[in-house]
Amino acid sequence: MLYAILCYNDESAVWSWSKDEEDACMARLAVVQEKLAKQGKLGPVARLMPTTAATTLRKDRDPPLVIDGPFAETKEQLLGFYVIDCASLEEALDIARDLGKANPGGAYEIRPLAVFRPGVAAA
Amino acid sequence: VSDLAWIDAALTSARPQAVGALLRYFRDLDTAEEAFQNACLRALKAWPQNGPPRDPAAWLIMVGRNTGIDAARRAKKSAPLPPEELISDLGDVEEAVVERLDGAHYRDDILRLLFICCHPDLPAAQQIAVALRIVSGLTVPQIARAFLVGDSAMEQRITRAKARIAGAGVPFEAPGPVERAERLSGVAKMIYLIFNEGYSAAAGEAPARAPLCDEAIRLARLLLKLYPAEPEIMGLLALMLLQHARVAARLDCGGEIVLLDDQDRGLWDRETIAEGLALIDKAMRHARPGPYQVQAAIAALHDRAARPEDTDWAQIDLLYANLEVMHASPIVSLNRAVAVNKLRGPEAALAMVEPLAERLSGYFYFHGLRGALLLELGRTDEARVAFNRAIALANTPAEAAHIRLQLDRLMAGAAPHQQPSPPAGAKRNAGGP
Repeated sequence: MLYAILCYNDESAVWSWSKDEEDACMARLAVVQEKLAKQGKLGPVARLMPTTAATTLRKDRDPPLVIDGPFAETKEQLLGFYVIDCASLEEALDIARDLGKANPGGAYEIRPLAVFRPGVAAA
Repeated sequence: VSDLAWIDAALTSARPQAVGALLRYFRDLDTAEEAFQNACLRALKAWPQNGPPRDPAAWLIMVGRNTGIDAARRAKKSAPLPPEELISDLGDVEEAVVERLDGAHYRDDILRLLFICCHPDLPAAQQIAVALRIVSGLTVPQIARAFLVGDSAMEQRITRAKARIAGAGVPFEAPGPVERAERLSGVAKMIYLIFNEGYSAAAGEAPARAPLCDEAIRLARLLLKLYPAEPEIMGLLALMLLQHARVAARLDCGGEIVLLDDQDRGLWDRETIAEGLALIDKAMRHARPGPYQVQAAIAALHDRAARPEDTDWAQIDLLYANLEVMHASPIVSLNRAVAVNKLRGPEAALAMVEPLAERLSGYFYFHGLRGALLLELGRTDEARVAFNRAIALANTPAEAAHIRLQLDRLMAGAAPHQQPSPPAGAKRNAGGP
């Protein structure tokens, strides 16, 4: 079963990290991700730019409305996601716990995928 | 990561909103800052035990308000007691806080806090220092280090600035649209000043001053979050990101500035450049160009070129021409002349540079560029005079050395090896290294 791990945190706190803090956290995450990759469990991984780079298209009207900024103003923002392949929710949670140890603060939403098309866009 | 590191990040990120709200509440900067400090002390005790609050800023505002009121009551024994619900215990702060705090104020709170720092009576250096202290929460020694002065000198500078702010009176009314736009542009200017303090640091000083660039970018992100549809704020953030992306390539191992043409472009931070480009894209959609957007677009053209010779000088020339209209300044024209030289040769460029002589006669880069153009035209005697003038005006040994190199070539009768480079570190020079 494929799961998405959606990463939420306070982006102003995360983007206030110093270069050293940032590098240290990325290094810790890399260890976890490498382990998952070796087990063949790691799908696409994405880190999103800050919500200040976001644009929202409200398509509940015609013509759709383009708004600067994220869809919702929240205390924690969607900052990135993983797609992982695991046997059970328990395993997905274990993986999320490992990632969480490497990158504490905020929350992960673990959400099973209904459809997955890897696509062809180059990284 | 320890609790402390997390709490520290949360306190830093909540600071502008919390101090801004406390300032609105107490109408006095010192009281607001002290209340915030007290709230932070309580947070350091409470958060590791109870876990982080859902909304750290709201928590700090509430607790800061209570402690500020307590302090005021102690100071003025005769003063009437504040309403009971304001001094209730901290246990129920979190549930109550959302209802009690007027969240709608927070944009104006933060803008006001930033705005009082750029009071026109304050010299630029004081504006920056006080903003870094009040809004960013940097310590006095941290700021002193960035400005290369002693702690006590910086303490005095900040105290003087704060006294002036208090004397000038803080505008507490919610601003109207025109006033808000004026405040925004004043604040944007101050943020770019902070960035340039870090960015144009001379050799050797750069490591101490680099945090100023990070802080300026953080403040611009904050401002853009508050005003997400302002193209000039997008432009400001993009401009700083696109310049800061080159930071790793800007200094050689001796700490000297490396000119744009000579930088190892592999060291440029692609992630930061991508964010800057995304912001320009967003800004352009508004079709409301301004100086920050144009400068960001110029920086973007440099960042997009895989090699110096791939630079789209025609587009850069066009953008500088736009900038000259929006923001006429001899420095903009001087920068444009660099593009013109690449496009149409030294004669055309020199024709642009000469009329600037009177206004830029005391400016190192003017004489440096003029000398290089004259040299290219074979007017060596005049070039020598210009170079000597530049050396006399050099701000750093590195600048002087760079010119001396060209002089040496000239003396040796060698053909010039390189085209004149954009003035390194020139203010308002989006294309600079």
